[in-house]
Amino acid sequence: MSINEIVERHIISVLVDDEPGVLARVIGLFSGRGYNIESLTVAEVEWNRGLSRISIVTSGTPMVIEQIKAQLSRLVPIHSVCDLTEMGAAIERELALVKIINDGDNRIEALRIADTFRARTLDSTLDSFVFEVTGNSSKVAAFIDLMQSLGDVEIARTGVSAISRGNRIDLTAK
Amino acid sequence: MAKSAPTDRKQAASKTGVLALAGAEILLKTLEDEGVEVIFGYPGGAVLPIYDALFKNNKIRHILVRHEQAAVHAAEGYARSTGKVGVVLVTSGPGATNAVTGLTDALMDSVPVVCLTGQVPTHLIGNDAFQEADTTGITRACTKHNYLVKDGSVLQQTVAEAFHVARSGRPGPVLIDLPKDILMGEYGYKTDGVAAVAKQRYAPQTRPDAEAIKAAVAMLKRAERPIIYGGGGIINSGPKASALLQQLVDMTGWPTTLTLMGLGALPASDKHFLGMLGMHGTYEANWAMHDCDIMLNIGARFDDRVTGRISGFAPKSEKIHIDIDPSSVNKNVKVDLSIIGDATIVLEMLIAEMKAQSFAPHEASLAKWWKQIKSWQKINCLGFDQGADVIKPQHAIKRLCEMTSDHDSYVTTEVGQHQMWAAQYYDFEKPNRWMTSGGLGTMGYGLPAALGVQVAHPDALVIDIAGEASFMMNMQELSTLAQYNLPVKMFIINNEWMGMVRQWQELIHGGRYSESYSASLPDFRKLADTFGMVGLVAEKPDDLDGVIAEMLATPGPVIADIRVAKEENCFPMIPSGAAHNEMLLGPADQAAKPISEEGMVLV
Repeated sequence: MSINEIVERHIISVLVDDEPGVLARVIGLFSGRGYNIESLTVAEVEWNRGLSRISIVTSGTPMVIEQIKAQLSRLVPIHSVCDLTEMGAAIERELALVKIINDGDNRIEALRIADTFRARTLDSTLDSFVFEVTGNSSKVAAFIDLMQSLGDVEIARTGVSAISRGNRIDLTAK
Repeated sequence: MAKSAPTDRKQAASKTGVLALAGAEILLKTLEDEGVEVIFGYPGGAVLPIYDALFKNNKIRHILVRHEQAAVHAAEGYARSTGKVGVVLVTSGPGATNAVTGLTDALMDSVPVVCLTGQVPTHLIGNDAFQEADTTGITRACTKHNYLVKDGSVLQQTVAEAFHVARSGRPGPVLIDLPKDILMGEYGYKTDGVAAVAKQRYAPQTRPDAEAIKAAVAMLKRAERPIIYGGGGIINSGPKASALLQQLVDMTGWPTTLTLMGLGALPASDKHFLGMLGMHGTYEANWAMHDCDIMLNIGARFDDRVTGRISGFAPKSEKIHIDIDPSSVNKNVKVDLSIIGDATIVLEMLIAEMKAQSFAPHEASLAKWWKQIKSWQKINCLGFDQGADVIKPQHAIKRLCEMTSDHDSYVTTEVGQHQMWAAQYYDFEKPNRWMTSGGLGTMGYGLPAALGVQVAHPDALVIDIAGEASFMMNMQELSTLAQYNLPVKMFIINNEWMGMVRQWQELIHGGRYSESYSASLPDFRKLADTFGMVGLVAEKPDDLDGVIAEMLATPGPVIADIRVAKEENCFPMIPSGAAHNEMLLGPADQAAKPISEEGMVLV
């Protein structure tokens, strides 16, 4: 397999007009062309200009990643596209709300682990907790794994949001 | 509240530059501002306000089709033969869904079309109302962009932006969904127009990077076995791009091939033209592409019909790709240099840079290359035997071309073998004369497209070269031709089979002709008669010239039923999964090279 055929994970950030259907348009592009969406988050970032930022984690060969970026740039409501993975050092974070139902030793262990992961306890009953944990995907995944082996767990997880390090602005409006 | 009198409104307008008008009227005024002269459409409940406004409008002509799909194909024919944006008007629900095929066709072939669809009132959207469909949801994947106008105060701006998006960058279809309450409500119309706002959001790059041009010239200077590969992008850029291509060819003396969509960009009679390339392209064009060392792609997209098996595509070449759409570059085939820009501007800059660098082709190697190419041309891959008993389809088209050579004719086709034969045997000397469904391959495209072309060019000779199976798909448009007395000549290559399907069934599926026979065909002469048109039939080779002559001499629409050899196959052919140098030239070749397993799953 040549170096150009290795599948890579990329985080792509897109600045879009906050209009009805824009998310459907982006997702439709990915599904229509068979591109992979590992995670996707979207939220308004500039209310006065009606702009939202979509962060997508995708994977593909370098040629496919270039195609994805070119196809996204073609869409009318898109202002700019940035490949944070290609740009270099980027900070990735996601948040998970983890509810665990257990008691006895497992309950104590769960609290200790939450402490280690610097997770916050948002809710507590005599036989349950709701923890909030933030970090990169592998940290969150590790935390969830441990919780799952300690009791009945329910998880609500956001996708990955990311931003570059340093003083560079990733995305500018047209 | 009483409506203000017309004089009050005019006074108000002169002060603020804003007229208070009904949505439907704002729509028509904005269309007029965009230079729209014709709309192809079909009425329905949701668009009655627009039809009411059209009734009083003298500037825009409406052509009533008989099926909404035909409205879109007609708009495509109009657009491709003029370079203007084609406009469609259909109602909500089934009107919009019927337009989907045409929109997808326009998207695949990059044709600028604006499609106006009616929609149920805003408060009923999402309620499963009568004739409601999620038009914007359905057409999101088959349009360049689409809009649902929920606020009439942005109607004018939306329509203006839609036209801008349709015609800018890589052209394409744009849909505007118009709820009925928006059409009936009263909103502001800016008399000064909204040009600035409309162009804000979408500004594709048209001017190339000067460094890329320099790098291209450096590559071209090295060329010993060059080839120019031109596509639909040259046609889309405008007639000047074709003129510049001629200049480039004259300057370099290089062999040139064109894709199905690019035919006419260089005159067929030019001695540098090698014919169309690709799956049914000429032997010399495909071999020249395979053996070239420098390939200059101008406005083509390395479509799979052209490349064949990618691993075998032009293996020893360096490639330069000129395209206005960055997403077309390095999509299927990796190129060595890309130049993003409009073909006209790029060619202008390229030629200027070549002159500045005193470009001169390598005479010796070029002469050697042409010698090689001429030896391939000697094979005469398009040769056929026209006997005395049955009309060969290739002969029918060749005679049609010869007998129309003194006309400035416009040709549309349907899809299938006849389409390939038309591309091979009909010569195009100018751009915008050839309208065919390339990317989507829509049977039933030709007749409505010819309708659209005839509306754009009322005095021209417009011919739809059709297969009998394709012709049946949109033949209700005969009524439209009759209504507007559009003298389209329908030249039906009638072999009683879905020819291309039958050919593939013969080649790949052991001759199991499943559902590919055109059963229960009408008597085309009687069909023509029913619509008050002339119907002709040619059954033997001796009939052919007479039928063509009569067809051309008839002032109104004509259906010419040309009965041709039934099991003729279209050659050359690069079977699916094969490479350029594995071309089949005739029936004898089939036995020697069976289709690979990989090839069998390809379309």
